[in-house]
Amino acid sequence: MKRWINKTPSKTLAFVLGVIPFILVMALYQWGSDARKAENSNDKLLPSVGQFYSAIDRLAFTPSKRTGEYIFWKDTVSSLKRLLMGVACAAAIALVLGLITGAIPLMAANLSPIITTLSLIPPMAVLPLLFIVFGLGELSKVMLIIVGITPFLIRDLYQKTKEIPQEQLVKAQTLGANSVQLINRVLLPQILPRLLDALRLSLGTAWLFLIAAEAIAATEGLGYRIFLVRRYLSMDIILPYVMWITFLAFLLDWLLVHASKKAFPWYHSAK
Amino acid sequence: MTKQNNAQPANKTDESAQTQIEFNHVAKSYGENLVLDNINCEVKRGEFITMVGTSGCGKSTFLNMLLGTVAHSKGDILLEGKPIVAEPSPDRGIVFQKYSVFPHLSVRENVAISKEFEASPVLGRLFGERRKQALTETDEWLEAVGLLAAKDKYPHELSGGMQQRLAIAQALIKHPKVLLLDEPFGALDPGIRKDMHKLVLELWKKYQLTIFMVTHDLNEGFYLGTRLWVFDKTRHDPHAPHRYGSTITFDLPIGKTDEASFVKIEKSLESNRLSA
Ligand SMILES: Nc1ncnc2c1ncn2[C@@H]1O[C@H](COP(=O)(O)OP(=O)(O)OP(=O)(O)O)[C@@H](O)[C@H]1O
Ligand SMILES: [Mg+2]
Repeated sequence: MKRWINKTPSKTLAFVLGVIPFILVMALYQWGSDARKAENSNDKLLPSVGQFYSAIDRLAFTPSKRTGEYIFWKDTVSSLKRLLMGVACAAAIALVLGLITGAIPLMAANLSPIITTLSLIPPMAVLPLLFIVFGLGELSKVMLIIVGITPFLIRDLYQKTKEIPQEQLVKAQTLGANSVQLINRVLLPQILPRLLDALRLSLGTAWLFLIAAEAIAATEGLGYRIFLVRRYLSMDIILPYVMWITFLAFLLDWLLVHASKKAFPWYHSAK
Repeated sequence: MTKQNNAQPANKTDESAQTQIEFNHVAKSYGENLVLDNINCEVKRGEFITMVGTSGCGKSTFLNMLLGTVAHSKGDILLEGKPIVAEPSPDRGIVFQKYSVFPHLSVRENVAISKEFEASPVLGRLFGERRKQALTETDEWLEAVGLLAAKDKYPHELSGGMQQRLAIAQALIKHPKVLLLDEPFGALDPGIRKDMHKLVLELWKKYQLTIFMVTHDLNEGFYLGTRLWVFDKTRHDPHAPHRYGSTITFDLPIGKTDEASFVKIEKSLESNRLSA
């Protein structure tokens, strides 16, 4: 018999094996929900599927009585806006700093110690500071995301810049490149797909900081809503929101992968 | 015949007989480790130097000192009478064994990039008509190395041999005074290697290059070069292996060599390999 480490599943088997845990979780939930409902029909902890539908319908497809807005979509838009702004700013800062520290040893000597020091500060510890400096508005939430993921991105891009084979840098110099041209034409284009890789890794952290900021000070947003309805033990809202956030996270990751494959085919087929 | 007509060819031979590169008592050590010692040589324009030696004896170090990526510890290295610039520059072209083409650029863009560096000092990038023109101008060089048919491909779509052809085309477009090759065909299949030998000899003649080439393959060294160097230690201290550095122990003009010296060198490489 083949060793277990040498057995590989066919496509169909892999799919079936992958789906099984999802079905088990759903079945377990259904069973738990039914059991609790049988004991107490007003139980709020494990709502039935029907209750989920009506909660989603109420928030996503019926205008709010008070403001006339569709709360679910409003929350989604404002959360995504914060997330994307934070991630975009962090990416831009990290791209510049990662590249110049990776390419120019003098800049690395100059900036690496302070970047390392700053990256050791736990971002949540400076959240009050952000609220004081940037107010309770949008800016402080975006800032928390930036503070939270930029150090990781800078250090990752610094490393990735360093990993570009020295041979290429020497070659470019023998072709007459100066430092700026070398960064522009040799390093930057090769770092961009690696930036997208790094962003994929940091998106989870970005969501974490977004929801934390929204939980503490916000008037809308996915994280805000979850923490608001927690007081009423509204599991029928919390669980769909969590699943929606999970789906959005999956979607963003998918978009990054496909954008990268489309824009940098040489990067993906060379690996 | 007029005097002028006579003078011109005379001048030309004069120039090609000039010493182009000179090493005077050059040594290189990494800390305690003396790698190269007492390197003395003169190389004329148009010579094709092939270099052999056991692994780790300092062939790449020698080449990198010429290239400017490794600083020598002692002595002088002169290129056309002037001390060598201590960083890579367009007067010295290089082809490494690997990684010397840009993976994110197509074949044409890989060759055109040096034109773009020249014409656009900040961005290093041309646009529109000028870019088109730069790309078209690469055709001559791609033709010379037999890559014209693959001009729109990316390096990952090329075989190892084709990538090396591209690296050579890149280097040639800058008309370097010397071309440095560090085991350029070491990773290629024997059949493809033969084609590459033909190409290098063709280009060497056509563009009157001075070539320094490191190789592991003594046959390759004998076949290609006009002059073969063997790097080896002349003295060996078993208690302190780093005490003595390698130097050029054989400097043979090829063509005049016989079977006997081939065998002699092969033996010396062999015995070194065994003792290492
Ligand atoms: N950057 C470095 N720092 C310290 N020692 C080095 C460095 N580069 C090379 N050396 C040492 O110098 C010696 C010569 O290395 P080099 O790469 O020139 O050998 P080589 O003749 O090219 O070998 P090979 O045939 O394996 O390529 C080796 O002992 C190596 O360990
Ligand atoms: Mg070597």
